[in-house]
Amino acid sequence: MSSTTPRQTVSGAPLLEIKNLQVGFQTQNGMVQAVRGASLTLRAGETLAIVGESGSGKSTTAHAVINLLPGSGQVSGGEILFEGRDLTKLSQKEMEEVRGKLIGFVPQDPMSNLNPVWSIGFQVEEAIKANGIATGRSDIKKHAIAVLKEAGLGDAEKRLRQFPHQFSGGMRQRVLIGMGLSSRPKLLIADEPTSALDVTVQRTILDNLEKLTREIGTALLFITHDLGLAAERAENLVVMYKGQVVESGPSKEILQNPLHPYTQRLVAAAPSLASRRIQSSSKSLVDLDYSAPKTAEGLDLIKAAEDRAELQAAAPKRESAIVLQNLTKVYKIRGSKDDFKAVDNVSFEIERGTTMALVGESGSGKSTVAKILLRLEDATAGKILINGTDTAPLKGKALLELRRRMQPVFQDPYGSLDPLRNIGNTISEPLTTHNIGDKASRRARVLELLDQVSLPSTLATRYPNELSGGQRQRVAIARALALKPDIVILDEAVSALDVLVQAQILQLLTDLQTELELTYLFITHDLAVVRVIADNVSVMQRGKIVEKATTDEVFDNPQMEYTKELLNAIPGAGIALGV
Amino acid sequence: MAGYILRRLLQAIPVFIGTTFLIYFMVFALPGDPIIALFGDKTPNPAIVAQLRQQYHLDQPFIVQYLIYMGGIFQGNFGVSFSGQPVIEILARTFPVTLRLAVIALLMETIAGILVGMVAGLRKGKLFDGTTLAISLILISLPVFVIAFVAQFVFGVQLGWARTTVGDGAPIQDLILPAIVLASISFAQIVRLTRSSVIETSSLDFVRTAYSKGLGRRRIIPVHILRNSLIPVVTYLATDFGVLLVGATVTEGIFNVPGVGNTLYQAIIRGEGPTVVSFVTVMVLIYLLVNLAVDLLYGLLDPRIRYVK
Repeated sequence: MSSTTPRQTVSGAPLLEIKNLQVGFQTQNGMVQAVRGASLTLRAGETLAIVGESGSGKSTTAHAVINLLPGSGQVSGGEILFEGRDLTKLSQKEMEEVRGKLIGFVPQDPMSNLNPVWSIGFQVEEAIKANGIATGRSDIKKHAIAVLKEAGLGDAEKRLRQFPHQFSGGMRQRVLIGMGLSSRPKLLIADEPTSALDVTVQRTILDNLEKLTREIGTALLFITHDLGLAAERAENLVVMYKGQVVESGPSKEILQNPLHPYTQRLVAAAPSLASRRIQSSSKSLVDLDYSAPKTAEGLDLIKAAEDRAELQAAAPKRESAIVLQNLTKVYKIRGSKDDFKAVDNVSFEIERGTTMALVGESGSGKSTVAKILLRLEDATAGKILINGTDTAPLKGKALLELRRRMQPVFQDPYGSLDPLRNIGNTISEPLTTHNIGDKASRRARVLELLDQVSLPSTLATRYPNELSGGQRQRVAIARALALKPDIVILDEAVSALDVLVQAQILQLLTDLQTELELTYLFITHDLAVVRVIADNVSVMQRGKIVEKATTDEVFDNPQMEYTKELLNAIPGAGIALGV
Repeated sequence: MAGYILRRLLQAIPVFIGTTFLIYFMVFALPGDPIIALFGDKTPNPAIVAQLRQQYHLDQPFIVQYLIYMGGIFQGNFGVSFSGQPVIEILARTFPVTLRLAVIALLMETIAGILVGMVAGLRKGKLFDGTTLAISLILISLPVFVIAFVAQFVFGVQLGWARTTVGDGAPIQDLILPAIVLASISFAQIVRLTRSSVIETSSLDFVRTAYSKGLGRRRIIPVHILRNSLIPVVTYLATDFGVLLVGATVTEGIFNVPGVGNTLYQAIIRGEGPTVVSFVTVMVLIYLLVNLAVDLLYGLLDPRIRYVK
């Protein structure tokens, strides 16, 4: 099917031209401008990436193109020319003709973008029917199967009658990509299409997307917050900041020679790029001409990583804060004779004051290890020693004492703070639970903690919904530190954050570790951040630890195929950097 | 699936035994002597009283009375009312009336409630939405007897559109006015539920995806918004049907509907143990069955639930 459409030749005339676009949202305090005079040009068959942090207006720009702005959003100025036609002037009916047929859309979160009550086949067929690609039941069905197959669902015939909840995130995203490309549109808008997926899945999906769009000759407007990913996937980049385009041009040029201060900060903070750079510098053992731009906040991930490596080398062998011996967790599955081994004979040690990264894809059992460690679940077999004490028999007071010394920080900064409690109460809750201090001393401690995580003390009386994601995660960290623990378990603690915020939090964690001699278990699916934060790495796959080494060893000389795969999946791998 | 239904039906057994026991005990513990009360103002004849007590096993201890009654039930004998009628006959006479009333009310509130709620939700913040919200708030805050009396007076007495009380055999046309009264309160609830559900669903990601596929509003509203929005509404409707089926005591009383609610009320006043217990038991069973039906219906609407079982 794909061979029937010849590859579009890149012509001079632009396919999509956005000129001085203004988008505003109606709020109680009047109009708030989300996009302020953005302009960009995309030619047929080309790939263009819009990069920026959340709130930069990149998604809003994309949604404005297909006139699907959320809520009260509306285009208040400028033009969106698609093949010379101004899309902002089309009627509702005309726009329906453009959507799906001429411009396809792949949304961000595969979990929420398929209707849970209709089968996959129904939702794909619906798109095919609406755009008049095929008529007649069997024809539409045939088409749907073909579309899903080319998007990478090999057993599409069998899965047509299944529902979204029976598909994994990666499979759902394939369905959405298949749907977006089903009518061979001239333009496909992909809004962070893989940010919710594991790195390895992300890679295969993006490879497939790239191949398909090239074969069909569809131009791709790719929206992402990851500069490395953008540079790897797109010929041209547009960097957006606060609703404006601050820099645009060929990807490599921008990466190697960022002009705008914001782009410079992005380049410095992108973990995917940083880890790559550290790797090359440590390999050659030569002091490279290293001139990574210093940022306003003095954040520099590479420097942080190097300092860490030096400290680590200089420090004498310390006693173990956490020891896991042959830990196994088996879940019984209802209606099935086979038990599920979530954690399979896992052993590792973490020395006091160091960081161990536990890396693996979703479903590899890494979060289960954290739950057992925190005594939120019991192990089926094996032993956990915290500072030399076996934790399994602990009960009552002793368990409470263990919890005091070991605190968690979770992934979702939105879900892990109670929206009805103000920040001060949230942070002091552990103190109240453990009956530490009186009202005045708790208040003092809250202020001290807020200061430690670099938040203004005025935040104590504010509520979570008034805070940004990064601020919330700082609050979660402050809460974890309230009891002066020795061990902090960070379960994907920075995965949900923008790169710049992520860099700040990583910096904060490193500083706190030096200051308070904390031991971290850092659980993540993203190897890119590991380089910056961890001393040692354990790689988990299907419940087992497949590789265990120091961070440098893992990055420079990975032993296992799976680890190599994870490393290669870090976006921006093949990009030569001038900086 | 069959196993699931069987399990649910088996769960009904302890509930059945528990409720009959509790209700029997509560009727037993009611103050006043039901037999003496039967004589009204007249002086009771001790011989007749003794005979009646024996006939209804009222001279036995509580637990024996209960066991005799339960033994009867398992032989299909639900006991006899004080007026000498078998309870099962009273049930057979009153239940169809209540069922008819319930079905009419349910149909009216469902159709009107979902329609109005959907339009209000889709036109959030507009005049229609505001008016609907205000009216539904008024309906919810009014006690049912106020609505019933007002309706009876306006439509029955002043306008003469309907009979003020339900006649013999409870014909459909007589049941319409009480059904409207019953439906009005649930209507307000359904409107609010549908409205908020539609608003919530409309802002979900998959609705935007549906638009991005090139679908029009005419397809998206029924297929992607309404079906998803109906899941909470169905829960409410089903429990409401259960409530209607076990009889709306107040409304049935005001319109003199010869239904379950009205009859049960009279039986409680007279302290007729077997009648009360049998009625309540049947009601509990109906409630359990309706709940089971809702859970099955859920599976039809939401495949995620279907496959868990």
